[in-house]
Amino acid sequence: MYAMREAIAAFHRAPVLIGLSSGMVGLALFVVGLFSLATYNLQIALTAIEARVEVVVYLRDDTRQSEIDHLLGELAAYPEVSRVNYVSKRDALERAQRELPEFGQLFLESEVNPLPQSLEVELRPGNRTPDVVERIAGGVRNYTFVEDALYGEEWVDRLFALRRIGFASTAVLGAAFALVAALIIGTALRIAIFARRDEIYIMRLVGARNGFIRRPFILEGAMAGLAGGLLAIGLTYGTYRGVYAYLFEVAWIPAGWVGMGLVAGALFGAASSGVAIRRHLREV
Amino acid sequence: MADRPTGGEVRVSGFSSQQTTERDLWKVRRRVGMVFQDFRLLPGRSALENVALVLEVTGTRRKAILPKANRLLDQVGLSTKVGALVEELSGGERQRVAIARALANDPYILLADEPTGNLDDRATRGILDLFWDINATGMVVLMATHDLELIRRYPDARLLELDQGKLVYDSATADVETP
Repeated sequence: MYAMREAIAAFHRAPVLIGLSSGMVGLALFVVGLFSLATYNLQIALTAIEARVEVVVYLRDDTRQSEIDHLLGELAAYPEVSRVNYVSKRDALERAQRELPEFGQLFLESEVNPLPQSLEVELRPGNRTPDVVERIAGGVRNYTFVEDALYGEEWVDRLFALRRIGFASTAVLGAAFALVAALIIGTALRIAIFARRDEIYIMRLVGARNGFIRRPFILEGAMAGLAGGLLAIGLTYGTYRGVYAYLFEVAWIPAGWVGMGLVAGALFGAASSGVAIRRHLREV
Repeated sequence: MADRPTGGEVRVSGFSSQQTTERDLWKVRRRVGMVFQDFRLLPGRSALENVALVLEVTGTRRKAILPKANRLLDQVGLSTKVGALVEELSGGERQRVAIARALANDPYILLADEPTGNLDDRATRGILDLFWDINATGMVVLMATHDLELIRRYPDARLLELDQGKLVYDSATADVETP
């Protein structure tokens, strides 16, 4: 109770100092917010590309219906498979005429339909990996009535290489930004603590235990972090609106990420303040 | 109390500076009331808040804090200034707040380090009279001063004189060198 009262009172007693601390926290978290915005949109782009990863099983013209049904059942039994579509020779031709109008005349003049019947294997999200597509394609190639099973091997490999690079750079840069934010927050709160060194000294002198002295500062740090987090969200949102309106279409980060940002701000603030006050108490 | 001795040993009410760890120092501090020349009050807070702080620090029941802080301020003659901010008080009044704060823990001993160094003659006399009253309640008051003339106004007080850190005179025994 005392800690909460003191933490709130600190905002009234030194609004400029606390405001500056919150501002520094906000700017540090703004960088993290921008990074999150970029990461999220990169993730969306990669997921959209990844959604197109599927295995197409081309069947021989003389494949019997019972064999097709058997293979349909086999493929549907894979836990990674979400749907299997049968595309007949006729469907394939219609689709080709529709999607490739420049070859329309060629398809019309041809007496024989040159396109094979096929099975299009769609995968569940999270399973569109090179391992899974390779395993499914490899499995169906063993059937004698399967002409070939393709999934754009090179393309999938490149996509996943890109994903790995994206993940690694997100992790490394994210950690670096978080570290920089923590250092800035810590410095800002150390300044706030240093400005109140007399108060800390007096509290010690009258018999306050270290935990008692620390608590209001940790709470104050959490509140400054929370205020900084709100500022960072506001700045990030402003940037998002600006980019959306004048540059290109981007998606706003999910509410969960915003919530996590606020919690992270409060935790960063509390932890940085805790470390700073602990260090200060050791020094005085 | 504020700093660790660089040599020797300080013993206070069963605690030894050589055995008491940094972590346990708060126990000693709660048994000793301290008053300083520069008051060391928290600016931006009222007289009442400065006294109440000690009571909050020591975990006094919330309901008992304000009555006791008011009583202490009344004891030092500041019942009309409880709500005044530290900045609004005179030097003598600030020192009285500091004394009330020092008494809040019901200490065994009251240490005063040059408590009248920043005060005019009238305020000085008021503070010393207050110490005398506190002493009359049974509490030990130990005051450090360079002003021997001031002390001589209180012939009943025990006078200890130090020179270069050594005791050279004790009025209680008067068996040490006379100043």
